[in-house]
Amino acid sequence: MNTTSTVPAGGRSYETTALQSSSLSAVIEVLPGRASSISLAGEVGGVGAAMVCDKHSLAGSVTQRACVFCGSRVVLYPIADALHVVHGPIGCAAYTWDIRGAQSSGPQLHRNSFSTDLQELDVIFGGEKKLERALMELIDRHEPKAAFVYSTCIVGVIGDDVGAVCKRVAAAKGIPVLSVASEGFKGTKKDGYRAACEAVYTLIGTGQISGIGPLSINLLGDFNIAGETWIVREYFERMGIEVVATITGDGRVDDIRRCHGAKLNLVQCAGSMTHLAKKMKEEHGIPFLKVSFFGFEDMAAALYDTAKHFADEALMEKAKVVVHDELSRFYPQLRVYKEKLIGKKAAIYVGGAFKAFSLVRALRTLGMTTALVGTQTGDKEDYAQLREMCDPGTVIVDDSNPLELAKFCLEKDVDLFIGGVKERPIAYKLGIGFCDHNHERKEALAGFVGMFNFAREVHASCCSPVWNYVPRRAARTAAIGGAR
Amino acid sequence: MNCTTCKPTVGEGENGREKFPGPTTNACKLCTPLGACLAYKGIAGTVPFLHGSQGCATYIRRYLISHFREPMDIAASNFAEHSAVFGGRDVLHTGLANVATQYSPELIGVATTCLSETIGENMPQLLREYRERKDVPHDAALVQVSTPSFKGTHVDGYHTAVRGLTETLATGTGEHNGPVALFPGFVSAEDLRHLKEVFAAYEAPLTLVPDYSETMDGGSWAAYERIPTGGTPVGDVRALGSARAAIECGRVLAGESRTAGTLLGKNFSVPLHRLGLPIGLRETDQLTAVLGALTGREMPKEVAAARGRLIDAMVDGHKYVFGQRAVVYGDEDLVIGLVSFLCEIGVTPVLCASGGRSRRFEKTLRAAVPELPAETVIREGADFASIGAEAETLKADLLLGNSKGYSLARRLEIPLVRCGFPIHDRIGGHRLLHLGYRGALGLYDLVVNALLERKQDTSSIGYAYL
Repeated sequence: MNTTSTVPAGGRSYETTALQSSSLSAVIEVLPGRASSISLAGEVGGVGAAMVCDKHSLAGSVTQRACVFCGSRVVLYPIADALHVVHGPIGCAAYTWDIRGAQSSGPQLHRNSFSTDLQELDVIFGGEKKLERALMELIDRHEPKAAFVYSTCIVGVIGDDVGAVCKRVAAAKGIPVLSVASEGFKGTKKDGYRAACEAVYTLIGTGQISGIGPLSINLLGDFNIAGETWIVREYFERMGIEVVATITGDGRVDDIRRCHGAKLNLVQCAGSMTHLAKKMKEEHGIPFLKVSFFGFEDMAAALYDTAKHFADEALMEKAKVVVHDELSRFYPQLRVYKEKLIGKKAAIYVGGAFKAFSLVRALRTLGMTTALVGTQTGDKEDYAQLREMCDPGTVIVDDSNPLELAKFCLEKDVDLFIGGVKERPIAYKLGIGFCDHNHERKEALAGFVGMFNFAREVHASCCSPVWNYVPRRAARTAAIGGAR
Repeated sequence: MNCTTCKPTVGEGENGREKFPGPTTNACKLCTPLGACLAYKGIAGTVPFLHGSQGCATYIRRYLISHFREPMDIAASNFAEHSAVFGGRDVLHTGLANVATQYSPELIGVATTCLSETIGENMPQLLREYRERKDVPHDAALVQVSTPSFKGTHVDGYHTAVRGLTETLATGTGEHNGPVALFPGFVSAEDLRHLKEVFAAYEAPLTLVPDYSETMDGGSWAAYERIPTGGTPVGDVRALGSARAAIECGRVLAGESRTAGTLLGKNFSVPLHRLGLPIGLRETDQLTAVLGALTGREMPKEVAAARGRLIDAMVDGHKYVFGQRAVVYGDEDLVIGLVSFLCEIGVTPVLCASGGRSRRFEKTLRAAVPELPAETVIREGADFASIGAEAETLKADLLLGNSKGYSLARRLEIPLVRCGFPIHDRIGGHRLLHLGYRGALGLYDLVVNALLERKQDTSSIGYAYL
């Protein structure tokens, strides 16, 4: 099978087809500094358990990761009645203005972008005064319940004492003003999660906990993308469980202040919120369970595990009722899609490993296989688990980049890519279906209804007629006798 | 979004300098490196490279991808704490070498960020050291510009990179028989294609710098393209010194003393024509006049026909738009073009705002559009909070600008005619044509139809025949 492609001077393009996949690795080279961050499930020898992850991105690698600031910003963003002020030049604030699907049932303050918009003179003379004035003015104007101040790259370099400014403003305005140590270069996105958890933690324990019952939980690490927190919260409420605080989806400062009154923490986005859960366990004695709300299996497991934790037979019965009701509603509808999707291959590249685990299982529910799975922030244990749960030969990759992702998508000839906006054009240009599972999406994918939505979206993309016309897929269709 | 309580920040003092600069709420601008990256994407075989934290590259990639819906690889030196303390020489060198290895680029377009600027990186020195190293690949040309995000906006970053490319690469032969150099400004992929068509109609050979009409709006791929095909060949940029003339679009830009155009004039005596963005009838007439003079040709038939259709349409719809009050916001030079056009068709711009801060926006705008009413409010350094507060009191009928004004349009319950950058809530923002007679005609239809639709939607009768 020969595809024709023009190769411009400099060899920037190259010939490839699905059937030539064995020659592809010779074409897109993995950088030597990256080879140890890629392994195969079921592989004997090779990188295997020694897979390198959880380290700073290689210079020039076009990582799909963002920075420390991004980590903090995504975690705290959904707290809707807080003021979120980005201290730095305009970029960091502008790029995070109202892009996420994190919904609020009340205040919409979080959807604004506030910046000190530092200018050259501020950089020379320091930005403290500007920050203080900005906070005073914005707090007067918006009357938030608390304020978060995010430090960007240059704040540490120019020596602003953000903590001192926060203290002064808090004293003057009578609300918590919290400094988030999120200078972009000071670590990875994970360090940003940690800084966000530290800031949230300072609020916890400052509210009244009277009236909180024994069957009570907090939801940690669900960000209410497209109303997902509401979907999940409702399942627990049907079981008779009180949800004290949702951190941070549809988050409220006053709920967070009293969330230490809950008897259990459920941690959904383990990468971002385990640190907070651990702190609450140490300081407030609240146990936590790591759960996932993505996919039928994981959602049901989250409900069962919670019931098991409270060691309450009646609660377990109620959990079963919820699961039964939801499955009888959505599974028949889902099967319609499954029939069309069986045997298709997917690539997954997401932020955190817990979501990746869920997606591997969710794809199985749809009869699909995972050919490539990677994350921005997974650790050794995460990758060990991925290697174990994925089919032999599945490519597992940490902190990947567009060239690697394209290489593996072509080699594995996948039908679907699950990722975020940055991965979307890689998929589309190569004639691969795409499902957005990032925080910018506006579709609810959590809970039982979310699994159904996921199936519908995967079906809508994989089974679209447009793939018949894109050159790469058209070539493949011709090669296998038009069978598709 | 409903930031109904947002009020404009503290007023400006003498000479447009703020006495008490307030915070920015919902910025009407982006950071400098974004513009530089887009400009670099318009040069063939080029990979943009940011010297700073990886987050800058990732955010800018996502932002551009959401508008262009095309792959957008931007490399970064990925600063760690160590590099911020001891300097980023090592990560810069490693990063450049890795990009050279993986992408085999013809050119790496380096731009700084606020971090590398603040720690005082000596970029020329660091690049010189890279060039002297024997253990790294040297096939790619290197261009470097200074784009701290605390100075200027994405538009400044764009022009800085265009100038940097010209300054670094252009050479002269002493003769001026080469293609006309056109520096179009921050415009859409469709705009770039149209400019090439207009020049082709005049049979005027053209070097467009930059040209991302294909790199940022290409076809579906048969094979993976590490660097999307298209863009102005590096060789053409090198040959700019022998251009027979240069044209630079942007009236605010024309107040700048060091630009790509002035540089060609100074270094190679290339005659420079400084125009506005060719938006609307009059601004496009200026461009076609220059083209006519350069080529000695009458206006080509197809261009004249487009001009004729534009005027004909303006007549057909004139009563629908007359006296309607518009708020226009965005990049300074785009706003000037749009306002000039709106005044031609009888719309009254009541607020003209930009997040840019050239200190000459109002003066330039009033000079370009002398009929603009004296009471029209003109704001530079504006954010969406201040635009929203003023738009409300000015009783606007429609908004013209990028999609970031959508929440405001929703709050005011008036139509938003999407144009400029970014357009994140519709498909095809990069395919929107603003320039030339045909662009004006397209904009005209959008404006009229937005007003007609509103009239229909708010009518209790709902005629289907208007």
